[in-house]
Amino acid sequence: MSIVVKGGHLIDPANGVDGEHDLYIDAEGFVAGVGQAPGGFVAERTIDATGMIVCPGLIDLRARLREPGLEHKATLESELKAAVAGGITTLCCPPDTRPVIDTPAMAQMIQSRAWRFGYAFVHPLGALTRDLEGKLLTDMEALDDAGCVAFTNALAPVIDTLVMRRAMEYAATFDLVVFLHSEDPWLRANGCCHEGEVAARLGLPAIPEAAETVAVARDLALIDQTGVRAHFCGLSTARAVEMVAEAQRRGLPVTADVTAHHLHLTEEDIGDFNTQCHVQPPLRSRRDREALRRGLADGVLGAICSDHQPHEPDAKLAPFSESEPGISGLETLLPLTLRLVQERLLALPQAIALLTHKPADILGLESGRLGVGATADVCIFDPNERWRLSEDRLVSRGHNTPFLGTEFQGRVRYTLVGGRLVYEADKPAGG
Amino acid sequence: MTQRLQFDDNGRLKHFLTIEGLSRRTILQILDTAKSFISVGQREIKKVPLLRGRTVVNLFFEASTRTRTTFEIAAKRLSADVINLNIATSSTNKGETLLDTVRNLEAMHTDLFVVRHNRSGAAHLIAAHVPPHVHIINAGDGSHAHPTQAMLDMFTIREHKGDFAPLRVAIVGDILHSRVARSQIHALRTLGVAEIRVVAPRTLLPTGVERLGVVPYHDMRAGLEGVDVVMMLRLQRERMTGALIPSPQEYFNLYGLTPEKLRCAKPDAIVLHPGPMNRGLEIDSAVADGPQSVILPQVTNGIAVRMAIMALILGGSADNARGRRAEDAA
Repeated sequence: MSIVVKGGHLIDPANGVDGEHDLYIDAEGFVAGVGQAPGGFVAERTIDATGMIVCPGLIDLRARLREPGLEHKATLESELKAAVAGGITTLCCPPDTRPVIDTPAMAQMIQSRAWRFGYAFVHPLGALTRDLEGKLLTDMEALDDAGCVAFTNALAPVIDTLVMRRAMEYAATFDLVVFLHSEDPWLRANGCCHEGEVAARLGLPAIPEAAETVAVARDLALIDQTGVRAHFCGLSTARAVEMVAEAQRRGLPVTADVTAHHLHLTEEDIGDFNTQCHVQPPLRSRRDREALRRGLADGVLGAICSDHQPHEPDAKLAPFSESEPGISGLETLLPLTLRLVQERLLALPQAIALLTHKPADILGLESGRLGVGATADVCIFDPNERWRLSEDRLVSRGHNTPFLGTEFQGRVRYTLVGGRLVYEADKPAGG
Repeated sequence: MTQRLQFDDNGRLKHFLTIEGLSRRTILQILDTAKSFISVGQREIKKVPLLRGRTVVNLFFEASTRTRTTFEIAAKRLSADVINLNIATSSTNKGETLLDTVRNLEAMHTDLFVVRHNRSGAAHLIAAHVPPHVHIINAGDGSHAHPTQAMLDMFTIREHKGDFAPLRVAIVGDILHSRVARSQIHALRTLGVAEIRVVAPRTLLPTGVERLGVVPYHDMRAGLEGVDVVMMLRLQRERMTGALIPSPQEYFNLYGLTPEKLRCAKPDAIVLHPGPMNRGLEIDSAVADGPQSVILPQVTNGIAVRMAIMALILGGSADNARGRRAEDAA
């Protein structure tokens, strides 16, 4: 169906577009015109975007969909619906499913199932080592052919430094990207929150800053030696941001991202054992949060991701250290990012870039752009609408978020994937 | 948050989870009530009918002798029906969640749970999920809080020292893992003592401990200089294997309370220990059994303090509890 998105304010940072332009989408699902209808264009449907922002669909570098293996938490279908409700049209699925994404068959199975539902695009992240055990390398080149956009050991550490070196060397051979969750497992030990004031007060096992910096330092040394294209996931400390900035200045091929919640919450939000604030890496001090925000504004951190981890309610109904870490974040990725604009940390096009073409560049994807000929993955949101996050509003099966009850400004009204309208606010997804 | 959880809509204490957030007035009220209960234990018939018909469940997910026993005696002296459950090795091993265990027991019409658990925040979690008529007393959660222990320590200090304001207090030992220390610090701060010192090597002090309002010392003699109260903590033997301290000998030499080190404190300083003691590790027998030790009175006081807290929580306000007790006695 050909569609015209009329009257909206189009922001397409990759193409330097920031103004009132109508967007023309052809029946094949590609952008046919920006500002001007191509010759002979007949719109079968008109979306009135007056007063709204029209931008490329969001790209989320990390979202757990829980399928296969953890369907009691969520399913591909439930979470992909939640993604498009949050304006996300492309997401990367970490390999820590059960079984692990360490074979081409697993990678293809997830993509074909996702394809069948037809909401957001799913790109698997392949396992860096078999079964994420940190011992044997996976068939990375075959996984790459099967659609894996990057390789990672997810939250499982690669303890053996030699294995990490080999994994990086092998990935570098084929110019594959490695995603790193750098955390020293010994310094982390049984920790569950930042080593600081709150851990001291609550008597919770703590994770020191050095758990991150020691591992980032090790990994940077190996990146330096192997030349692999590496991406640090979800940095949490001020010092680690400095280390990555320094490496970038030296010309190392490294990028990094931050989760939306680390830009807003600190250890203090744990309050009295609020398990919804149990995340990995942990929420850290105010000083760390300010450094993450600065790193984002300065460009050291190149993307904001949801790090979506939906859980069943019981996962959080346990003593803090026994509760499962993670936040259901797909539907708050855009609102939390817009809040950074409202707080004047970022300009709106800059914020949108961090959710669209910048993460696409990290993955080497062409999406996240709305030039003529691009796939029409589009997010249309009302930047002024105020709304409150409530459980009955969440599309994700995971209701585990510390932002329940929070008022946000800015809400997704329409999401298009490949030129198809897959989400319309106040209508059931897929309507 | 604790404020909301510990108090009911009328601002009355509903659960006893942590000292943090309690007012000076509430703490003193508990100490006063406890004082009035001391005499019950000295009578021939050691019972008051204050909690007659109420059911108290001692829910211990972690081994304990002293604390469980004193809670049991306290509840029985208040005429409550008491059930002791040691869950450390039963339900949770069968995959039952903590809240399921509690819900099952609550279905048996329990009025009060006394909970001990090895995870910080367990008592908070339970308190947040029980129906309004069920009360929770925290008998120790992980490294977080042991508020009834701190209350009996305050009671003991008050018995011996009277006014809290001029006191200098040293807490010695494994502060990092100690729920007792954290509760003591909150209680002492709220009662307005002149100074709280914590004495330990850096491996046994939490990062950012100063922000709890205490002054860290690494040299025990300097830390004890001129103090009125020395509060010793139990050192778990497993701290050695965790590379937190090198050996029992080194620990005893540096942080064991010997008569010689105790001489740095004021001559009339008192020595407390929450028990069970490791003689020859954190405390020398000569001190434990010496004239400045108030370790056994602590245990006796523990019963009266726990009676006061149960009465306060189950019987309404402390004034109310005292009133009813007086009526019962009449």
